[in-house]
Amino acid sequence: MLSRAVCGTSRQLAPVLGYLGSRQKHSLPDLPYDYGALEPHINAQIMQLHHSKHHAAYVNNLNVTEEKYQEALAKDVTAQIALQPALKFNGGGHINHSIFWTNLSPNGGGEPKGELLEAIKRDFGSFDKFKEKLTAASVGVQGSGWGWLGFNKERGHLQIAACPNQDPLQGTTGLIPLLGIDVWEHAYYLQYKNVRPDYLKAIWNVINWENVTERYMACKK
Amino acid sequence: RHQQAAGRQAAWLPVLGYLGSRQKHSLPDLPYDYGALEPHINAQIMQLHHSKHHAAYVNNLNVTEEKYQEALAKGDVTAQIALQPALKFNGGGHINHSIFWTNLSPNGGGEPKGELLEAIKRDFGSFDKFKEKLTAASVGVQGSGWGWLGFNKERGHLQIAACPNQDPLQGTTGLIPLLGIDVWEHAYYLQYKNVRPDYLKAIWNVINWENV
Repeated sequence: MLSRAVCGTSRQLAPVLGYLGSRQKHSLPDLPYDYGALEPHINAQIMQLHHSKHHAAYVNNLNVTEEKYQEALAKDVTAQIALQPALKFNGGGHINHSIFWTNLSPNGGGEPKGELLEAIKRDFGSFDKFKEKLTAASVGVQGSGWGWLGFNKERGHLQIAACPNQDPLQGTTGLIPLLGIDVWEHAYYLQYKNVRPDYLKAIWNVINWENVTERYMACKK
Repeated sequence: RHQQAAGRQAAWLPVLGYLGSRQKHSLPDLPYDYGALEPHINAQIMQLHHSKHHAAYVNNLNVTEEKYQEALAKGDVTAQIALQPALKFNGGGHINHSIFWTNLSPNGGGEPKGELLEAIKRDFGSFDKFKEKLTAASVGVQGSGWGWLGFNKERGHLQIAACPNQDPLQGTTGLIPLLGIDVWEHAYYLQYKNVRPDYLKAIWNVINWENV
């Protein structure tokens, strides 16, 4: 049973200088629940492939890319630029999925409470309108990508955004990621086939509002 | 489903009807049964891919073209520009898949012959090197997209390219599409899961070199 505390996972993403002065590698965070825990909304086969194959590949390829980047740094600008797509893709994939696993929970669903709910009402009109907008943004992604609820620090308000492929929300838009919806076909196809809207309907049942609230409270500071 | 390949091209060219209105685009028939490409691409994938995914591009393309017609008639440039992504996405999806079904065949596989083979040897070194390059380009697409063997008319040579999402090869690069490999996850996931390279290995068994 994989049940590590949520807060710890973000530390795994920060490169840590080890005693030998070398970069610590990124590693695949444990899932905070069993592969089958989100059934019937997201099935075990999807969760297992998604976590142990797709996310794992992003982690491995990120480490390889960062090693190559380390070699090119201060020596070869062309090589660094050539590595940028792989860094964004695999780095973004690692960031996005690390957030995603914490955004979901077998005890999820329903609505948020307190300050987050008030902010949602203020910025979108109502929780239902917010749900509609994030669903539409996620369903409407053409190709692979993510729908996001983010926090705009500059303006001090919540914002919905969609990013293509594995482009990370904060790195490409400046918005702080609170809740992500993966709409790559691998996130739902085995269960929902081409009917992405059905996957969206289902995923609201497993949203971990405690986690989304934690992220919101953290970025308001 | 056993319609001649040649007739189907006409189905998606806009044709001015007697009333002077645009003819709608329509889903071309598959030239073979859904299960005909097994074991390389299974029947469930072919059925969903053709009757759901391609069909949706056709329907949405028709809707988008109608809206575009209205915007054009009014001279509403903003609306026209706002419709461009939907036109490229659904139009590209229709173009790409219409080519794709003809690029595959249950009697496919092996190598091309004659002039095409000579051109491949000239432009890539050997058939195997070409196969490696197109495979690498297709496997390497980050996200959804297509690998292509195209013809560069300006330079008179073959070229391999990759396009993101449903961006059509000719419309975005000028290359003439000869052979496309769909690497959207819906093209292989039900059978090959995350192992896109296995799908690529398998698809070479059903390439319709006559069509290419």
